[in-house]
Amino acid sequence: MMRTYAGHSTAAKSNELYRRNLAKGQTGLSIAFDLPTQTGYDADDELARGEVGKVGVPVAHKGDMSALLDGIPLDKMNTSMTINATAAWLLALYIVTAEEQGVAPAQLQGTTQNDIIKEYLSRGTYAFPPAPSMRLIADMVAYTVEEVPKWNPINICSYHLQEAGATPVQEIAYAMSTAIAVLDEVRARVPQDLMGKVFSRISFFVNAGVRFIEEHAKLRAMGRLWDELGRERYGVEDPKQRRFRYGVQVNSLGLTEAQPENNVQRIVLEALAVTLGRDARARALQLPAWNEALGLPRPWDQQWALRLQQVLAFETDLLEYPDIFEGSVVMDGLVNELLEGARAEMAIVAEHGGAVEAVPYMKAALVESHRERIRRIESGELKVVGQNVFTETEPSPLTASGDGGIMTVDPEVEQHQREAVRAWRSGRDQAAVDAALAEVARVAAGEENIMPATIAAARAGATTGEWAQALRDAFGQYRGPTGVGEAAGAGVDDDAALEQIRDEVERVSEALGRRLKILVGKPGLDGHSNGAEQIAVAARDAGMEVVYEGIRLTPSQIASSAVQEGVHVVGLSILSGSHRELIPSVLEALREAGAGDVPVVVGGIIPPSDEQALREAGVAAVYTPKDFNITQIMRDIVGLLASGSRSDRESSPKGSLSRR
Amino acid sequence: MAVDPAALARRLRDGDLTVAPAVLNLVESRAPKDQEAIAALLAAVSPAALGGEAPGHLVGVTGPPGAGKSTLLSALLHGWRERGRSVAVLAVDPSSKRSGGALLGDRARIDVDPADRAVFIRSMAAGERLGGLAPATRAAAHALAAAFDVVVIETVGVGQSETEIAEVADTVAVVVQPGSGDTLQFIKSGIMEIPDVLVVTKADLGQVATRARRDLHAALRSLGARGTAVVAVSSLPPAQGIDRLLDALEAHRGATDVPSRRLQARRLHALADFVEEHGARGLRALGGRRAAEKWLATTDPALDVGSLERALAERAAAAAG
Repeated sequence: MMRTYAGHSTAAKSNELYRRNLAKGQTGLSIAFDLPTQTGYDADDELARGEVGKVGVPVAHKGDMSALLDGIPLDKMNTSMTINATAAWLLALYIVTAEEQGVAPAQLQGTTQNDIIKEYLSRGTYAFPPAPSMRLIADMVAYTVEEVPKWNPINICSYHLQEAGATPVQEIAYAMSTAIAVLDEVRARVPQDLMGKVFSRISFFVNAGVRFIEEHAKLRAMGRLWDELGRERYGVEDPKQRRFRYGVQVNSLGLTEAQPENNVQRIVLEALAVTLGRDARARALQLPAWNEALGLPRPWDQQWALRLQQVLAFETDLLEYPDIFEGSVVMDGLVNELLEGARAEMAIVAEHGGAVEAVPYMKAALVESHRERIRRIESGELKVVGQNVFTETEPSPLTASGDGGIMTVDPEVEQHQREAVRAWRSGRDQAAVDAALAEVARVAAGEENIMPATIAAARAGATTGEWAQALRDAFGQYRGPTGVGEAAGAGVDDDAALEQIRDEVERVSEALGRRLKILVGKPGLDGHSNGAEQIAVAARDAGMEVVYEGIRLTPSQIASSAVQEGVHVVGLSILSGSHRELIPSVLEALREAGAGDVPVVVGGIIPPSDEQALREAGVAAVYTPKDFNITQIMRDIVGLLASGSRSDRESSPKGSLSRR
Repeated sequence: MAVDPAALARRLRDGDLTVAPAVLNLVESRAPKDQEAIAALLAAVSPAALGGEAPGHLVGVTGPPGAGKSTLLSALLHGWRERGRSVAVLAVDPSSKRSGGALLGDRARIDVDPADRAVFIRSMAAGERLGGLAPATRAAAHALAAAFDVVVIETVGVGQSETEIAEVADTVAVVVQPGSGDTLQFIKSGIMEIPDVLVVTKADLGQVATRARRDLHAALRSLGARGTAVVAVSSLPPAQGIDRLLDALEAHRGATDVPSRRLQARRLHALADFVEEHGARGLRALGGRRAAEKWLATTDPALDVGSLERALAERAAAAAG
């Protein structure tokens, strides 16, 4: 059965959901945009294929924004938008929509995420090179502090750093370094007497893992550092303006696909990390759904996540006491340890010339931390219940329902949105749009604040893709560092399993005549590259030659690279749910390019029903989050090429390697 | 499926660019069964068979990590395409000593249109050979030069890889980032050979880049290398200096006696391959490196590397026997 995930799909469908939630007493909105909107492409762009309406709502122009917010009073609403590279544009559309409702910018309240550094480090939905991206952020901060004073123009995200493998010290240090980069850039644009106000508008979005005592200490440490930074570096006198304000989404990295019900207790413990001590308590808390590692959560799953929070807040005595760690020697010791580590790491980032210049350094450090984490899980040093210990299980009634316990998006949505954006373009005053975009291009090439021209373009009816293209033309295309080239090789404690794979790679390479060569990349717009990077590093450590192509690839790019590079196998990773469209396109493109016999393996958040379909389409193997053992994946890949025969092989535990 | 080296060579000579992947797959093969086909292919695109040197311009691009080589290469690729040239890039990355594996990350940083058939990019691992070049890189470069207008060999490093790249390329461009003094030191101390073209990246940094360019000029003058062009470029939009760099590369080639440079390169490479195979003992049998080089200088200029290496081996065997 196909169902429409009401939080996504189209502006009208999302509006229905928002209104339903508001009627239940919800006071704010949290808008998730789809990947084309996040990266600055319209639905009819080739790169948008398979991604429209998937992980959020497509918003291409002021008409979409107005449909999204129809009947919602923007003077009363507090709206959080998870938007980064194109944040200036979406804020402009929001301002114009408010204008049409008769609401002045000064009345608007909300947040744009707008942290580009973590996009380079982890999330991958950047659109422009670092320097102009920082300029866009600084322009927004400078603009909003005067014109939209109740707006939080940036929400610095340490969240995604932990998802990319950051240790607590790295999480603190890189988030603070990012804040410094932004504030330094803004300082050049606003009068000193406004710096206190600017400082107070910077908020954070952090992560909390299951080691909840240490995580709580991390938040206390961040609060201390932030206060220091305000006082010492930016001369902020008012302690209220120096308060560390943060929201939380607890850890997704630690959630498992195996025995997913265990994620509920993990989520509760992680929630404690950010609420236990009053002095470092979160302002806003979002809990993920128990089944996030399986696919898109359903409304019922999200309700369960909300109820966890309500039990903590309203049934327990959690919120009744002053700070319970005051005077705790253990907690203070932990905090000091983290502070010391974070200061040292911040000094290294500063030596690189600050967060922007240090992106390649930080990226490589994160890839390495993540690699170490995976190694510890594989070796059993780090215990994950239900995954590498206590794995015996009864069948789960939670995932036994007909829909597999997840939600799917109607594929019609993309076609509809493609046609809608074309209709929009043909129905507007083209001369006005052209003039407005020319003005955006002119301002982009100079020093003026980008916001007024951006708002004018939004008003004239320009689209997300057009605005972003004007800036891409001015700023240039950019491909972020991958971190994989710099990541250190496997350590001296190489285990026997790795040695065995290397021998096998050597043997297979001899038989092939060339060293086993693999192409690793991510089709589509999904920029969550952590998994693909780990596969690339592991394949290198196993002795393969790895062509790492990075993110945002079209099927024809993948096929052309596979042929030019002469690879023996192709590994693709997709987390956005667009695998059903994109993977068959890649297979088709490979066949057209004459490389139809190159086996393709796929990893990502792929429900079992889709796994079957992908295999039938010709995929050699499918891996999902429960296949946490990368060493085993490497063994499978070598096995694929070992025999050279096309007979079915059952070497993997999933028996998934039969080739057609 | 057996490959037909004669057919591959014919397609190369006819300028069929789509043959490039198959050529590389063969040339990179270490399988004993393929060696005969490789030798046949290389002989069929050797100067003797072509009636002269392969027409393509062999350009070496090297420099320390982080100097901006990949971004520069993207800009150069677009520049060459605008001038109507077909371009093949051989991007060489180091191999891990421990695992033998390699991460070939450059492709992700070079921005090209996948539908453009006149651009070919191949990542190669350096393998066990010290000095930065994959064993098959030279062979591949010479074969592709029969079909492509420009063949770029890109390597990472400072100090050693230039030497080996200079034995392959008609023109060597060393890429330096302003503010890093390494290259200057290497040139002054003679660790590094003087490049044909020095490229200072990140010209958008202004003062720093200008100073770097001036320092390099002064160093080159003091070494008497007035002929080396120093070009400042910025690959970020608005790109600067790319056209000047393209001109400088072409000017160098115009001023170079390509046949004698390539001949010298073939002989040195044959010697390197010989030493790789036969070690110091083989070299002693030839009477040492200088004697071997002198003898090579007397050989037939039309011989390709494989034939030269076999001739060296025969000579060494005769001396030992």
